[in-house]
Amino acid sequence: MKTLPFLLEKEFKQMARHLFLPKMFIIFPVIMTLLLPWAADPSIDNIPLALVDRDASPRSLRLARALTATGDFRLATRPPSFPLALEDISAGRAEIILEIPPRFSADLQREGRATLLIAANGVNGTRGGLAAAALATLVGETAGGNPLPLQLHTLQRFNPTADYKPFMIPALLVMLMTLLCGFLPALNIVGEKESGTIEQINVTPVGKFTFIAAKLIPYWLLGAVILAYGILLANLFYGLTPAGSIGTIYLFALLFVPGIAGMGLIVSNHSATMQQAMFVMFFFLILFLLMSGFFSPVESMPAWARAIAACNPLKYFVQAIRAVYLKGSAAADLREQLLALAAFALLTNAWAVWSFRKSS
Amino acid sequence: MNAITTERLTKRFGAFTAVDNLSFEVKRGEIFGFLGANGAGKTTAIRVLCGLSKPTSGRAEVAGFDVATHPERVKRHIGYMSQRFSLYEDLTVRENIRLYAGIYGIPTAEIRTKSDALLRRLEFGDWRDRLVRVLPQGWRQKLAFSVAIFHEPAVVFLDEPTGGVDPLTRRQFWELIYQAADRGITIFVTTHYMDEAEYCNRVSIMVDGRIEALDSPRRLKEQRGAATMDEVFRQLARGARRT
Repeated sequence: MKTLPFLLEKEFKQMARHLFLPKMFIIFPVIMTLLLPWAADPSIDNIPLALVDRDASPRSLRLARALTATGDFRLATRPPSFPLALEDISAGRAEIILEIPPRFSADLQREGRATLLIAANGVNGTRGGLAAAALATLVGETAGGNPLPLQLHTLQRFNPTADYKPFMIPALLVMLMTLLCGFLPALNIVGEKESGTIEQINVTPVGKFTFIAAKLIPYWLLGAVILAYGILLANLFYGLTPAGSIGTIYLFALLFVPGIAGMGLIVSNHSATMQQAMFVMFFFLILFLLMSGFFSPVESMPAWARAIAACNPLKYFVQAIRAVYLKGSAAADLREQLLALAAFALLTNAWAVWSFRKSS
Repeated sequence: MNAITTERLTKRFGAFTAVDNLSFEVKRGEIFGFLGANGAGKTTAIRVLCGLSKPTSGRAEVAGFDVATHPERVKRHIGYMSQRFSLYEDLTVRENIRLYAGIYGIPTAEIRTKSDALLRRLEFGDWRDRLVRVLPQGWRQKLAFSVAIFHEPAVVFLDEPTGGVDPLTRRQFWELIYQAADRGITIFVTTHYMDEAEYCNRVSIMVDGRIEALDSPRRLKEQRGAATMDEVFRQLARGARRT
């Protein structure tokens, strides 16, 4: 253990001298927090609408005006028939079609009901579905002229404006730590294998535990700094502050970062080249990301997918950090997540030490 | 007491026998030349003796410890300079020395005085605080050797230490080897330069994983009626099947 300070000194010096890395640590979080919440936002806005108004009555005109008033939809084309509207969709001029049949106004007058057709572009299924549902709601609200007897109000608890960002940004912090504290360790030991420096280390009596600890500790610190930086950026750009305590977030990060860094080192230990380590890490991180509830909630996945997600450390950290940010949860409310992440950290670090081989 | 003893030491990779039944002894303080053509199995043998690679069968003792059962104890008493330069290029000369000295548990104050003295003796001058990356080849080799013996090991393994080095620097390098040997460090060295083989107390010549000859350079030449070590080597290496 007396040798640990010497090894740490080496790791920190190498990290600082790496011309590319320090720049990445500064720029990467800025780009992530600035760009991604906008790009990953699935809420609908300004969707081009093809309106086939075969009724052309004052009522249908009023409907068309009302639809575009909210800003969710904009009137892109007014084709005379449905087949022509489909061509607009194919050509990318419109995303969704609303067809008002010839006798719309008259039917509504006489029978109190009428049928409309909504057709959405299904290439992007989520967006199409959301747009169709939104359009149906809008039509329902405005078509009748007089308000419906029953009105539905949806309240979003903990995120009253249903804003996407307070939901997405905490998860982005997780992604940030995963990328930096997962990938960099994965490339570290295998990098020493490629450059040959590991040989010189392996003929010394340095202990496996000491060597791995010296590899991990810099990433723990890096993770802690990156987290503080990310929280600061989220506040700076979006005015976002966690409803709970930052201490709770750090408690989780304290388990997650060593866990994911340990996983990186395992991959590094088992890889012969950096390329190989990179691919294996990509595979796992993409799987982890997709099954973390980052994009779609784990609760709505099929049972088998939920079972896989139950082994996903990212899921627990995303859940925890969102709960702290939005609900103000404390560690005591998140016992399951805490235990899962502790188990993850223990497992990967033990495995990382075990899989490091000083001889073949 | 011997610095190195091997008995029927063998290392196989699948069906390929890289090191085949090596039995030899190296005496303490000896400069032992370990010769052989490319692919003869020299590097594999060195890696086994350093505890980097586990022997398939047979046994080897280095500095009094068995390499198969106590590789970490062996490592405390040896130095190793690999064929491929393996110090950290993104650390300075002094930082590399400090790192390895620290790993071997040398106290900080001693590291400072000893490395200052070493760098002065080697005339490193301004190079001492520059990154190893920018160091010329000859200086790199001298540094790698100095790092390998900084902790005063019982045995030092040098795998082609003078590859790609100019003749003048090679002379200087061998002077460093002699100085280390005078201090009692056993030298186990591989080389392709037969003039260097003449500098050794004894040499072994490996062909296809086996030791085909082992004696002092003078006796080897006498036995084979050869004028130079180069001739001895050619006679033996001619029979090699894998080169």
